Amino acid sequence: MSKVRVLVGTKKGAFILTSDGTRKRWKVSGPHFAGWEIYHMKGSVVDPDRIYASQTSDWFGQIIQRSDDGGKTWSTPGSSPEELKSADGMAKAESNKFVYDGIPGTHQWYDGTQHPWEFKRVWHLEPSLDNPDHVYAGVEDAALFVSRDGGKSWSELSGLRKHDTGPKWQPGAGGMCLHTILLDATNPKRISVAISAAGAFRSDDGGDSWKPINRGLHSQYIPDPTAEVGHCVHRVAMHPSRPNTLFMQKHWDVMRSDNAGDSWQEVSGNLPSDFGFPIDVHAHEPETIYVVPIKSDSEHYPPSGRLRVYRSRTGGNEWQALTKGLPQRNCYVNVLRDAMSIDSLEPCGVYFGTTGGQVYASADAGDRWKPIVRDLPAVLSVEVQTLP
Amino acid sequence: MIRVVLPPNLRTLARVDDEVELEVKTPVSQRSVLDALEARYPMLRGTIRDHVTKLRRPMVRFFACGEDLSHELPEAPLPDAIASGSEPFLIIGAIAGG
Repeated sequence: MSKVRVLVGTKKGAFILTSDGTRKRWKVSGPHFAGWEIYHMKGSVVDPDRIYASQTSDWFGQIIQRSDDGGKTWSTPGSSPEELKSADGMAKAESNKFVYDGIPGTHQWYDGTQHPWEFKRVWHLEPSLDNPDHVYAGVEDAALFVSRDGGKSWSELSGLRKHDTGPKWQPGAGGMCLHTILLDATNPKRISVAISAAGAFRSDDGGDSWKPINRGLHSQYIPDPTAEVGHCVHRVAMHPSRPNTLFMQKHWDVMRSDNAGDSWQEVSGNLPSDFGFPIDVHAHEPETIYVVPIKSDSEHYPPSGRLRVYRSRTGGNEWQALTKGLPQRNCYVNVLRDAMSIDSLEPCGVYFGTTGGQVYASADAGDRWKPIVRDLPAVLSVEVQTLP
Repeated sequence: MIRVVLPPNLRTLARVDDEVELEVKTPVSQRSVLDALEARYPMLRGTIRDHVTKLRRPMVRFFACGEDLSHELPEAPLPDAIASGSEPFLIIGAIAGG
């Protein structure tokens, strides 16, 4: 029988939740890396036991952890004294060495002045679709790195950061983070990313060159609401069978594109608020999408204190509130951009974590929910793996 | 032997429960202690000082013998009590936030 493994990153460690395909009873393991912020964990689709984790701290910087046994044991890649000896006899231990290519230059700061690019942390890890040793990292300050040796070393795909518009990029409230990396199984040369607050970008040559894909976005909070860059994109999602159709949750507005981001149209429709962070797509219905409306950019909690996932079966515009099993009063948590994921069982399971430490799951595509764990530290990210 | 006390988060990372003891070449300085520490525990590289510049991370402090040595030059000799192992070299996460 199939199994699911839910990888939960929190403010104070990682947790791994496992269940059989019924998704009724859950085993919780953790905290792993106790006391550290775990921004994101994700497994390889080629080798599901290969899992990468971004472990970070304002004090002690960035750590990359890797498991080769489905999360039972972890290590920092390439840091054992026996491997990767450098000229001075010390292990290279470069799995956490993220150095921008060349002179980093500057981007726009909150006050409108120019500010040097400074690496802070890895927000998102995206294992490649064809090799478990290949993995991309989206970082703050915004850039895209790649490792081709299982996370032992990293190099920047600097064509993105060096785009002509780079000096105009600016941080959102959470920092200038590259948080979304979409890989296209039908076109290995295509990579799409999203940056808060610069917008979405696409490469069609494997990451060498990039173009902004923000036409149709409208952001009232920037001087030119339809500018080429400067949009605070919170998340972009894609169904693997429809790589040209992208769904975006922006700072305000839910958007869709049917030409791989070349142009966008708003599909917020009847949502109670079109502000929010995560967006995701049903495993088997490419036009069924999910968002969690949040009241506003200053009030990061659900409208009316009611935690509701909204589902559209029409690719947007027409939305249905999903409330069964979710708190419908006095709920003031947030759901962050990387904290929603969907398994590929039938019916598909939908999972999301909250800043209140709950991870909610629906084993019927969103119709009914229950917390599979609660009272964890604030949840930063949720990824689910569907295992044979 | 030089005694080094790590902050709890780095103890977790290095998988040590208590203070660590290191053989350090003389003269004993911040730099030589950190070189020895990183050689023994490579996973700590980049967490105390920057990979490239070798500068102390802003929210990491070095205390020893009741003194804050964070702003001493990396190659400056550490007190004799550290070099003899009678006092530990303390690596501290700055008190900021929770």
